[in-house]
Amino acid sequence: MTALAALEGMDRLTSGEALVAQNVAFAIMAITMVVAALRMVTTRNVVHAALYLVVVLAGVAGQFLLLGAEFVGVTQVMVYIGAIVVLFLFGIMLTKGSFGEDDGVSSEKRLMAGLVGLLVFGVMAAALVDSFEDAEVAREAPSTTAEVSDSIFSTYIVPFEAVSVLLLAALIGAIVVARKD
Amino acid sequence: MGSVMGSMTDTLTLAVELAWWQQTGIRAVVGLLAVLLPAGTLVYLFLFKMMSFMQSRLGPMEAGPYGSLQLLAEVGKFLQKEDILPRKADRVVFKAAPFVVLISTFLLVLVIPAGPDAWFIDVDTGIFLALAVSSISVIGILMAGWASSSKYSLLGGLRAAGQLVAYELPLVLAVMGVVIQAGTLNVQDIVMSQANGEIFGWGGIGNPFILTQFVGFAIFLVAVQAELTQPPFDMPVAESEIVTGYLTEYTGLRFLLFFIGEFATAGIFAALAATLFLGGWYVPGLDPTSDLFNVIGPAILLGKVILVAFLIFWFRFTYPRFREDQLQQLAWKVLIPLSLANIVLTGVLKVVF
Repeated sequence: MTALAALEGMDRLTSGEALVAQNVAFAIMAITMVVAALRMVTTRNVVHAALYLVVVLAGVAGQFLLLGAEFVGVTQVMVYIGAIVVLFLFGIMLTKGSFGEDDGVSSEKRLMAGLVGLLVFGVMAAALVDSFEDAEVAREAPSTTAEVSDSIFSTYIVPFEAVSVLLLAALIGAIVVARKD
Repeated sequence: MGSVMGSMTDTLTLAVELAWWQQTGIRAVVGLLAVLLPAGTLVYLFLFKMMSFMQSRLGPMEAGPYGSLQLLAEVGKFLQKEDILPRKADRVVFKAAPFVVLISTFLLVLVIPAGPDAWFIDVDTGIFLALAVSSISVIGILMAGWASSSKYSLLGGLRAAGQLVAYELPLVLAVMGVVIQAGTLNVQDIVMSQANGEIFGWGGIGNPFILTQFVGFAIFLVAVQAELTQPPFDMPVAESEIVTGYLTEYTGLRFLLFFIGEFATAGIFAALAATLFLGGWYVPGLDPTSDLFNVIGPAILLGKVILVAFLIFWFRFTYPRFREDQLQQLAWKVLIPLSLANIVLTGVLKVVF
């Protein structure tokens, strides 16, 4: 029996009770994520910043789960927390000379960073509002892993293969750059 | 969850209708036991007794019959020890690190089913979720290594991270063969497809995937050994080189948490291997949908866990430590190509048959 089978006979998901629970969970996660994101860009300790990033990314995974996108949520944990942040931390610890507080995080670039952040936020918000407006997310049909894989390997096969080739090229490029001989 | 609750109560044949929060409470308590009981069993059975017998000594004998209460004595000892925080340590990160490792362990146990209806969560992504949360422990180890502000800890943390990232790949790729053969990521369905499987039309013992995926099983065990940072892959805690690596500054309860995490994770990985390759809670001769398995399933699973854990600890006690470069070479040049070849072969055979 799969999760989908469990969900099919489910009226609680669309009932008011479940929605309240979902909204409460969303609020808790969203507040945590916003606080962690703010701390991430304001803390002076690079390792702390990376750890706050873990909290934000875990929150993103939680939000995906809340939307019924189980596969994407788990992928988020696997790729971002399990691999990318680990590599961040690895790199920081390999290159950082001392422990504890440091003022290596230069403040002169803050203005530019803030500007870029504001711009990205504006573009994303405009795009999202423009394309979805008041459309509701389909709540009653969480996507299963089988559906995800079916659509990747049928509808979206060309973009998928293109991305694969792009990643392969990046991989080979990294090796070429890193090799000394 | 409507029908989940329905199936729970149907098969339990209990008259009580448990509310969702009551079920969740029961699952939380059982989950705690499912992590701690196998961990304690493994420590006593293998670390205390089997290791001693292999080295021609008795092991603990004083506390209880055959030293069976030694475990409690050890816990008592660790609880009494002074809780030391290095002066330059990053206090919050230092304190949080063992809990991050434990979170990963407790999330791992959730995906393992112990009977047709005895599961914690029955999710579509199943084994993928397990592999994803198992990688969270790397962050805990890096936190421990960095926050201790000791060069031995830092070196240990870096070694651990390099090792865990390298061996995560063969671990995932070894599981892929099973997933292709079963045609699902759902752990419960993987058990079912082994129970209902047939070997060339003969369904007498089902089709435990160790028969067809032996290469995958071997790679999985090697990768698990490295994920647990146990000998022969214990460079992150190599005591003759870097004291005890990322554990150097940890004492008392916090050290105990890491220790529990290590052995609990060993038990859970053994359970994963048992579920993926040895048929999980199923034994041949019974109907896999029978309610009986909800009762005897956990015991069968524990038996298989001990079998796999025996292999894991056998390797631990007998092999000398690798060198750091040999470790990376084994992962990237042997295990990953081998597991990729296994995936290709499995895929071809899956299409042919």
